[in-house]
Amino acid sequence: MKALIARDLRLAVRAGGGFGLGLAFFLIVVVLVPFGVGPEREVLARIAPGILWVASLLAALLSLDRIFALDFEDGSLALLATAPLPAEGVALAKAIAHWITTGLPLTLAAPFLGFLLHLPTPAYGLMLLTLLLGTPALSMIGTFGAALTVGLRRGGLLLSLLVLPLYVPTLIFGAEAVRRGVDGLSPVAPLMLLAAITAACVALLPFATATVLRINLR
Amino acid sequence: MSLWELANPKRFMGWTAPVLPWAFGGAALCLFVGLVWGFFLTPDDFRQGSTVKIIYLHVPSALMAINTWFMMLVASLIWLVRRHHVSALAAKAAAPVGIVMTLIALFTGAIWGQPMWGTYWAWDPRLTSFLILFLFYLGYVALWAAIEDADTAADLTSVLCLVGSVFAILSRYAVNFWNQGLHQGASLSLDKEENVSDVFWQPLVICIAGFVLLFVALVLLRTRTEIRARRMKALMARAARA
Repeated sequence: MKALIARDLRLAVRAGGGFGLGLAFFLIVVVLVPFGVGPEREVLARIAPGILWVASLLAALLSLDRIFALDFEDGSLALLATAPLPAEGVALAKAIAHWITTGLPLTLAAPFLGFLLHLPTPAYGLMLLTLLLGTPALSMIGTFGAALTVGLRRGGLLLSLLVLPLYVPTLIFGAEAVRRGVDGLSPVAPLMLLAAITAACVALLPFATATVLRINLR
Repeated sequence: MSLWELANPKRFMGWTAPVLPWAFGGAALCLFVGLVWGFFLTPDDFRQGSTVKIIYLHVPSALMAINTWFMMLVASLIWLVRRHHVSALAAKAAAPVGIVMTLIALFTGAIWGQPMWGTYWAWDPRLTSFLILFLFYLGYVALWAAIEDADTAADLTSVLCLVGSVFAILSRYAVNFWNQGLHQGASLSLDKEENVSDVFWQPLVICIAGFVLLFVALVLLRTRTEIRARRMKALMARAARA
């Protein structure tokens, strides 16, 4: 499993664009928002947590179709299926690799981009914390979606249609926690629910993903 | 004879043929009686005026929008466990019906919301969760449409339906957390005092029965169509080989 994660990370780095593309996309979305809604400080500060969450969600979505597609095309996915590592392990390893290449950089970059959006000071820590808690769920759900559409030639658009509704609870709790922090309320309840979603996704979705992978490799 | 034998495609075609006209007839009768009674023979509400009568379309369609997804969930489970093809096809056949029910509920709700709340749309938990349900339906139908191999499509959509159900329920309660509601609570319930007055209650129940029958009729009809399409494909494949 470690070898698989290391291999995926190496591929992401050497094939180029693994780390960079998602981050660049994140940056561009955040830069475009002020052009759309105007540069007023109050407006931007008010919507900053939501923008950062939605943008990181979209950036995570961007790289999902590469999780399985390349391996499926060159046949290494079929090899992985016959390897001693169970398909559940493959699913989890792929999700972890995806999180390290997109979720983690997005989390680390979010405070800097929050600076651009005049994110209120108490929100920086929370932003980091919610993304750290929430992005693993995004990667895991996304891996499930990628496994569903792996055999399809034009799966990209379908993938976003399938995955985005599944992202709704994560987004709600993540953005709500930051918003409560900004308003001076206690963010503990949404934070715990967010952590619960991530824990449940990481624990249960590998099984669903593995089932789907086996169906697609039949 | 066990219940499962009714799911044999040939038996299914056999017993649904005589049931179908009864279901359609019953639906037409119930909807006619319920709607005429509701629209013309009940008094206007003292606060809402005649707009209250949208309830006869809004509540049954909303109920069926959720029940359709539930039926798809059960059908998907039966397909995954027992591999009855009719079950998978019934789930496929029900999805567009569910989409239409969701749309009816959303639109009648918007028309009702304008005079009552002064807005067609609000980000109210109930309204929002219906919109999310609509997105789930879209994804489900799109996945069916995208996959060529019928068995793979049935398997993948079934798993999507199971996982989607969990997330749909999660979303339903997550949106509660996120915004306060304008929408009233349950219109009908068994365990507490009726929220809706008796005058409106009786035609409403008839309308709900009409919607249920209509749903049954439409799903049976569409499942029969799917089975015929499947047979046609098999025949054409056989002809092409010969």
